[in-house]
Amino acid sequence: MHKRKIATVDSALLIKDAARQLPDPARRLFLRNTLSLGALALLTGCDIVDGPSSEKALRVVSEFNDWVQARLFSPNRLAETYAESAITKPFRFNAYYSEEEAPDVDEEAYRLKLDGLIANKQPWTLDQLYALPQQSQITRLVCVEGWSAIGKWTGAPLADFLRRVGADLTAKYVHFVCAEGYSVSIDMPTALHPQTQMTFRFADEVLPTKFGFPLRIRMPTKLGFKNPKHVVGLAVLNNYTGGYWEDRGYNWFSGL
Amino acid sequence: MVESRTNTVDIRGGVDVRAAPIHPLYVRVTHWINALAVLIMIGSGWQIYNASPLFDFTFPQSSLGGWLAGGLLWHFAAMWLLIANGLIYLVLGLARDRFRHKLLPIRPRELVADTIAALTGKLRHDDLTRYNAVQKLFYLGILLAGIVIVASGFAIWKPVQLAPLTSLLGGYEAARYVHFFAMAAIVAFLVIHIVMALLVPKSLRAMITGR
Repeated sequence: MHKRKIATVDSALLIKDAARQLPDPARRLFLRNTLSLGALALLTGCDIVDGPSSEKALRVVSEFNDWVQARLFSPNRLAETYAESAITKPFRFNAYYSEEEAPDVDEEAYRLKLDGLIANKQPWTLDQLYALPQQSQITRLVCVEGWSAIGKWTGAPLADFLRRVGADLTAKYVHFVCAEGYSVSIDMPTALHPQTQMTFRFADEVLPTKFGFPLRIRMPTKLGFKNPKHVVGLAVLNNYTGGYWEDRGYNWFSGL
Repeated sequence: MVESRTNTVDIRGGVDVRAAPIHPLYVRVTHWINALAVLIMIGSGWQIYNASPLFDFTFPQSSLGGWLAGGLLWHFAAMWLLIANGLIYLVLGLARDRFRHKLLPIRPRELVADTIAALTGKLRHDDLTRYNAVQKLFYLGILLAGIVIVASGFAIWKPVQLAPLTSLLGGYEAARYVHFFAMAAIVAFLVIHIVMALLVPKSLRAMITGR
């Protein structure tokens, strides 16, 4: 099966992320270093199009869009499911790193660490996670870039897991930390959505490295970048913690 | 209330300021707000397109926003301006019966005659309060394109929450193409629209001052 090289499940990462629970730290200057056109505009003294003031206004509108989307979100509306014949092959790899750089997680050393508003914070081994009741879904993954692909994911509903560990289901956010440092946070209603899944298998096989071994959180109600791979930490929080891409300007809610 | 269809010109040759303007104030205001919103939507839309092109070409990298996240932020901000302004225009236009009086009927015979006249440079633009058949078709077409681009935009943005709309447009991937071609139609309209405004400068003046 999977022989993984690196055993590190970085506990420091989760602690570091929990420490980030300051009010909206991530939302500051999220377009910094990103707008080449903005930099040019600043040099010419013209900041109307992409300068700091428009950046602040765009941030405010993006937060308004979070609010709108949370209200548009129906906890019971299911994403369309497809037949096996509709599955996209080959399924596209996409990340902020190249395929060779995908982290190798040691399955023996792996622990899913829990933090925040959870009654039982006992870390979970892979065998314990695999023993959870599982189900499959064939759904469409929609990338923020625009393309989409249909795949088959198998795992345990996140809502079941959150109830099992005694998470505060009235909390606002669930925050995920990944082996290589990626992080993402989602709203509790989406975390409790019936199709939000702790995914262990892809295309009827153990989740391959490139698609997030050993654990991906699959949400067909959110854009692809909101579906973290190589998840090693989960925290239930009331504080906004943003995420890797959200800090760089992608809309936080990013619901479908 | 029905909008006046003619402009009163007094015997001294000047425009009677008491007469109704060629374009009522709400049309002029919403026109220019729409112009701004459409330019932002197209500029940022091209930026978004570049992240995953549907065809064998991309738009200039200087498209609005600098990169994908910036383009998305602009797109999903300007959409509110586009929608709110468009709704005000549609509601006021319907309440004042503007569309039926200005854009209908389009008679095939007039359309053929006006198209030939337009292509041979013989189409007159003496009375700016009345649209010729080609203009009627164009303005009706751009209204339709506006509705299609907003509907397909929502279909792409919310394929789960607005699933019936997305499937009406043929599903998520098909809706992306619908959105693209609606944009292409709008850009084509804009090119002709701007060229015509420059060829008939008094039409541009009328959209600013109303006279």
